[in-house]
Order: sequence, then structure tokens, then C-alpha cells
Amino acid sequence: MEPIPVFVPTELYLALAVVLFVMGALGVVIRRSAILIFMSIELMLNAGNLAIVAFARHWGQVGGQVLVFFVMTVAAAEVAVGLALIVTIFRSRRSINVDELHQMEG
Amino acid sequence: MENLAQLVPLVIIAPLIGMLINLFLGKYLGERGVGMVAIGAALIAFVVAVLLLVQQTATGYAPVVVEIPFFSRWIDVPAAALYIGWQFRVDTLSVTMMLVVAGVGSLIHFYATGYMHGDSMYPRFFVYLNMFLVFMMLLVTGNNFLVLFIGWEGVGFCSYILISFWWDRAQKDKQFGTVGWKNSLAGRKAFIVNRVGDFGLLIALFLTFWTFGTLDFYKPGEVPIQSVHEQTRVIEVVRTDETAPAPASPALDEPHPAAMGVFNQAEQMMAEGATVSFGSITMPIQTVLTLIALFMLLGVTGKSAQIPLFVWLPDAMAGPTPVSALIHAATMVTAGVYLIVRSQVFYHYAPFASGVVTLVGAVTALVGGFIALGQWDIKKVLAYSTVSQLGFMVAAAGIGAYTAAMFHLAAHALFKALLFLGSGVVIHAVEHGYHHVQHLKEGEHHAEHGGDAPEDEEEPFDPQDMRNMGGLKASMRRTYWFYLIGALALAGIFPLAGFWSKDEILAEGLMRGFVEGDLVGYIAFGLLFISALLTAFYMGRQVILVFHGQPRTEAARYAGERAYGMRVMVNVLAVLAVGTVVFGFINVASGFWVVDRIIRPHVFADWLQHTVVYAHPANALMGVAILAVAGAVIMILAARSIYLHRPVVEGDKDPLQVNPQTEGLFALANARMFWDEIYDKYIVVPFTRAGHWLADRLDSAFLHDFVHDVLLVKTFNGVARLLGRPVDLGIIDGAVNGLGRLAQAIAGPLGRLQTGYVRVYALSVFIGALLVIVLLLLPLLQVMGGN
Repeated sequence: MEPIPVFVPTELYLALAVVLFVMGALGVVIRRSAILIFMSIELMLNAGNLAIVAFARHWGQVGGQVLVFFVMTVAAAEVAVGLALIVTIFRSRRSINVDELHQMEG
Repeated sequence: MENLAQLVPLVIIAPLIGMLINLFLGKYLGERGVGMVAIGAALIAFVVAVLLLVQQTATGYAPVVVEIPFFSRWIDVPAAALYIGWQFRVDTLSVTMMLVVAGVGSLIHFYATGYMHGDSMYPRFFVYLNMFLVFMMLLVTGNNFLVLFIGWEGVGFCSYILISFWWDRAQKDKQFGTVGWKNSLAGRKAFIVNRVGDFGLLIALFLTFWTFGTLDFYKPGEVPIQSVHEQTRVIEVVRTDETAPAPASPALDEPHPAAMGVFNQAEQMMAEGATVSFGSITMPIQTVLTLIALFMLLGVTGKSAQIPLFVWLPDAMAGPTPVSALIHAATMVTAGVYLIVRSQVFYHYAPFASGVVTLVGAVTALVGGFIALGQWDIKKVLAYSTVSQLGFMVAAAGIGAYTAAMFHLAAHALFKALLFLGSGVVIHAVEHGYHHVQHLKEGEHHAEHGGDAPEDEEEPFDPQDMRNMGGLKASMRRTYWFYLIGALALAGIFPLAGFWSKDEILAEGLMRGFVEGDLVGYIAFGLLFISALLTAFYMGRQVILVFHGQPRTEAARYAGERAYGMRVMVNVLAVLAVGTVVFGFINVASGFWVVDRIIRPHVFADWLQHTVVYAHPANALMGVAILAVAGAVIMILAARSIYLHRPVVEGDKDPLQVNPQTEGLFALANARMFWDEIYDKYIVVPFTRAGHWLADRLDSAFLHDFVHDVLLVKTFNGVARLLGRPVDLGIIDGAVNGLGRLAQAIAGPLGRLQTGYVRVYALSVFIGALLVIVLLLLPLLQVMGGN
């Protein structure tokens, strides 16, 4: 029995990516915990990745897949730096509530 | 033999090394070590000079130019065609000078070890003496005018530091007490007066360089060419070096000008009647030579103490006596005579300048001799005598008797050094006597008053005043005889050195007048003859005042020549006395009675003639000789009859002063003919006034107070204030502050946008991104709408 080719249309991938991106964006805007904001950013990044991979499959090109590897590498590095920052902020202020971190206001 | 000439740098290097050793190690060596180093250096120089004499004799008197490594192109300016090498010249003239300088110099070094004994600055003195030898040797051995000039300035500097050697000796005045630093002032005077002369020499050198394009006397291998016009006076034309390319008749094959030294170029240009162009002015060569000779004469009057610049020499006697003997009698002051003799070609072709030289010399001889009559200071008498004798030499050089000038130079170096050193012994002895007397007196005092007598002010005692002497013959027998020999030589008594040399000058003067019908010759002869008589008189006066009669002070009674250090001093006198007796026979005038048959006549003239081509041997004039000696004897006897039985003590008048007929003359001589006063009144005081005027009026009042303070400072301040207040503060600061304020004003409301809340930033980024997307999409919508 021949396997039925499952063809998922590109639009669905994009829709999922949009949903993920909006979730991430809303998370960044709404949440107060720096960790959660950080996770939301990761979500947005991966939404972007998903969109790129979807387009790559749509046009039958490998460039997109390769780009995503780079994005993931950068994301990993960013996590390392970002988490270190958050740990340091927590150590000095005993809190990671971003609303309390507004010394930079004009 | 040829190679011996290569030793010549040693005459400079040896004293230089001696000087450096004493300079850096002197304080560790002790008196004996310092003395040995200094004497050794001088003796090496003397030995080298003797070797050079041998070399010259053995090689047929060929002049040799020695170049030293690294300095053969010492000054090298191609743009100005200025090439000067540091070359030494070994010829009969320079060897003569080397022998005089090193010979007398060595003896005086010996003497100084005794004279300076116990001085706190003992090593320094010998450093200076050796330094003097270095520069004097540079002066006489240089093959160009520049090296000569360096030596000239160097000996001037050494003279300055040695006159001021005891710089802290105060000038005592009976009325005002201490009025300055006697020795320092004397040194300064010597230096400043010499600057005037050196200006003249410098101008002469500039002219020489402009005219000939070189300063070398002769190039290596070059021999003096005798001018074609001058065959008559020349006894024998000397072609010294057969192998050297002898310049034939100057007109035929003309060598490149710079290939010849200045003197041969002068000969050639005279033969051609060339002209020299100075920009817009063109002068015949003879005029130029006359100018050079006259400017050179100014230098000579400074260094050799001639009128009008002789005033420094008597003051220079403030220095230590060895210095007076070495620098201010025997060697340095004769540098001027050496310069004239070295430049004989210039003077030969400049008859007018030579006439001036003769007159300057003869008048100086007379003035110096006259002033010496009225001096009380034993060294001042000798100083003015030196001035007078230098006048003899210069006058001799002026009348073209270069042999006689050099002969008198060498002879004078011997007997004047003898006299000065003798006077040093006398001064030393009288000083010792004085201290001895003081010592005795103190003893008596203590005995009488039980030791608590008030210290009475030390009466100023002048050990150089001849009135404080007298009768020293008894206690200083050896010194007396040597001094007498020197004095008789100076007075020109047969057969001492002074007789031969002075007589030759007198005879040459008369011959010049007689044979060539030259008035200058007669004048020179007359003035010099009178000077010679005066010489005999003041030397007779001095010897009688110092050595004869009875001691006039206690100090003189206790003077003796047995103190420590005296022995070496008196021994040096002995050597010089022997030299004084013997030396004259090296240049016996031909035709002099029997003597010229026993001794070969004019050896010195023949020797010198190899270099000094215009020199000529002298013929004796028996009449002049007899007249001069007779006159001298009469003057000595006159001095004896005047001074022997009239003891003069300090404060007394001279017998000449008591006599109304000679009172004025003596006063004039005693006041040194008011030369210093005249200079003070007409030069020093106006100069000082001009200086004050320039300083107070021109500099302080006009330049400083007006030009600087009013014109410059006020204007500057005004401009600065204008620039400061309206321009800088108003415009520039306003603009800058305005920008700042503008930024602040804008930043105030904008700053409120920065809330510091991360979410606000994130939101604005999203909104911005949205806007960008919308803006990107809008054209697409339009395109789609268009379709």
C-alpha cells in the first residue's frame, strides 16, 4: 500500500508562525518576568525560523534551511548572554521584574 | 730626517696631555707630581722643537707642512669654496718660535714650581700654564691664518685667566679701603683691550680670504717665490726644495689661484698688477694689501701692547710673576711681531702700512721707556720696559728688518724672562723678610705688654715697591749677579744678547734712512736711540734702588735667597743668564770689529732667511754700536750718581722730582703719561655714559616704558579685550551656549519618551516594525489597485 502523500500547504505553516509570533510578541509586551520575556523572544525567533523554513520548502531552495541553522546558533549564544545578564541583575536587585528596572528613563 | 718633521703635533699634544692630567688628577698628585707632569710636558715640547731644528738643518731648510689625520679637511664648505685644513708648518721661523716658547716656557715651569709653592691653587696654575703652551704652539705652528687665530685667541684667554689667577685679591686704596678686585679687573682690562685688537685681526683675515680665496700661508710643497722686482735687496734666492714644482716665472704658466698660498698669490698679483673687487668697489692689490696690513697692525697693537692699546700690559703684572715672565714678556706679547714677520710679504708690498708700523713701534718704544723712568713698582718698570722693547721689535719689522725683529724677540725673551723671574725672587725674598720682621715684632710685643696688646691694623706693605728695598746685593748675591746680567743686556751693553739685537735694529733704522733716503728710517732711528738711552737709565735706576746702597726697610734687611723653593728659582735664573750671555753671538753683524772673524756672522739671519724671504743679514755700523754703548754706559753712570747716595723710602720723592728741572717730567712718567686717565676720560667714561643713556633712556624709558608698555602692551590689551568681551564671549560663546541650550530644550520633552520600561520599548519596536511593513506594502496595494 502506497503511503498517502500528506501535503501540508505552506499557508498553514505561515499561519502557525504568525500565531507563534503574536504569542511571543504579546508575551514580551505583557509579561513582567524577565525569564518569561526571554522565552517569548525565543518563541518569536522560532516563529521566524518556521516561516523561513516554510518559504524555503515552498520555493524548493536550501538557502532558507541553512539560514535557520545560523539563527539557531545565534539564539543559543543569545540565551547564554541573556541568562547571564538576568542572573547578574537578580543578584544585585533580588528581583527580575522588568517593571522595576527603569533607571534608564529620561 | 724628513720624518722628524712629523713629530710637530707633539709640541701641542704633550702640553695638552700634561694639562689634562693635571686638570683631572692634579689634586691627587701633590705639588711634586703636578710640577713634574707640567715640566715634563713642556720639556717634551722643547725636545721636539730641538729635533725640528735638527731636521731643518739636515734637510736644507725645506719647509714641511704636516697634516694630522682626521683634520686634513677640517673646515670644508664647498658652497663658499672654503677649505681649511688643520696643518702644521715646520720652517725656520716656526721652529725659532717653538724653541723660544718651549725653551723659556720649560725654564719658567721649573721656576714656577718654586714660586707657587704652597699656593692653594697650585695644580690649577700648572693646568693654565700648559694650556698656554698648547695655544702658543698652535699660534706659531699653524700653516694658515685660522689656526694662528685660534692660538691667538687661546693665548689671550690664558693671559686673562692667569692675570686674574689670584682673582680674590682686593684692590686696596689708602683712602677708601677695598675698591674692587685688583687682579680680576686687570684680567678683564687685558681681555677687553685685546678684543679691540682682535677685531682688527679678524677684519684682516676676512680681507685676506676675500682676496686670495684661502688662508693657507703656503700650500704643501710650495716654496716662497721671490718677486721679480726684489732682486736687488736679496742676497741669495733660496730654492729650498728641488723636487717641489717650483713656480717659475709667475706670468708664464699660471697655476690655479687656490693652488697657491696667500703669500705667493700676493707676489703674483703684485707682479701682474691685479685688482680685487669688493662688490661695487674695485681696488688695486696694493691698496688691499695695505688695508690688510693696517688691520693686522691693529691686532698687533692689542696683542703686542703697542700704542694705542698697550695699557693692559702694565696692569697685567698683577698676575703671578712666572706668568708675567712667560706670557707678558717672553712669548705671548711677541705674537704680534711673529704675525708681522710671518706676513712679511703683505708688509713688503705695503710701504705705507710698514711706515705706520715703524712709527707705532718707535713711538711705543719711546713712551714705554719714558714711563718706566717714573715707576716705583719693580714689576711695573719691567712691564713698561717690555712695552718699550716690543716697540723696538715692531719698529724693526716695520722697516723691513725682519731678522733684527726676530733676533730681538728671541734675545728679549731670554733676558726679560731673566729680569722678571729675578724680580720674582726679589719680591719673594722681601715678602719673606717682611713676615720675618712681623714675627720678630710680635715676639717683642708679647714680651713688653704681656701678650694682651691690642691687635694693630696691619699696615699695607708693598713688597714690590722698590723704595722698600735696597742693599739686597749683600744678602742675595747670586740673584744680584744674574739680575745685573739681564739688566745690562736690556741696556744694550756689549757683548750681551741685548746689545747685538738692539744694535742691529738701530743700525737697520739708520741704514734704512741713509741708504734708501727714507724719512721713516731716520725717525725710527732717532726715537729708538733715545729709547735705548732711557732703557739704560731706568735699568740702572732699578738695579741701584733694589740691590745697592743700604736696606731701607726692615723687610729688605731680612730678605734672603735661602727660603724653601728659592733654590730652584735662582737656578733657573742661572740658566737664563748663561743664555743671555751666549745668545747674542748667533747673529753677529758682519763687519763687526774682530768678532765677525772669530764667530761666523749672521747665522741666525741665514737660518731665518729660508722662510722669511725678505729678511736680510745686517751689516754692523761700528759708529752706531759705539755710540749706543757709550750712551748706555753714561746713562747707567748718571743713574748711579743720582740714586746711589740718595736713599728714597716709601712716601719720599724721587731725586728727579726734587730737582725742579725734571720734576714735571718725572711726574708725567710717574702718572704713566696719563694714558689710563685719558682713556678713562675720553673712552671709558663716555662709553659708560653712552651705555647708561642707552640703558636708561633708550632701553628703559623709550623701548621698555614707551614702545613696549604703551605701544605694544596697551594696543595688545585693547585688541585682546575687544576680542574677549564682544567677540569671544558674545558671539562665539553665545553660539556654542545657544546650541547647548537648544539641545537641552529639545531634549527635555523628548527625554520623557524614555520611560525605562522594557515593554514600552518593545512595543514601540513592534509598532515601528508594523509601520515599516505597512509602508512597504502600500505601494504593492497601489500596484494591485492599478491593475
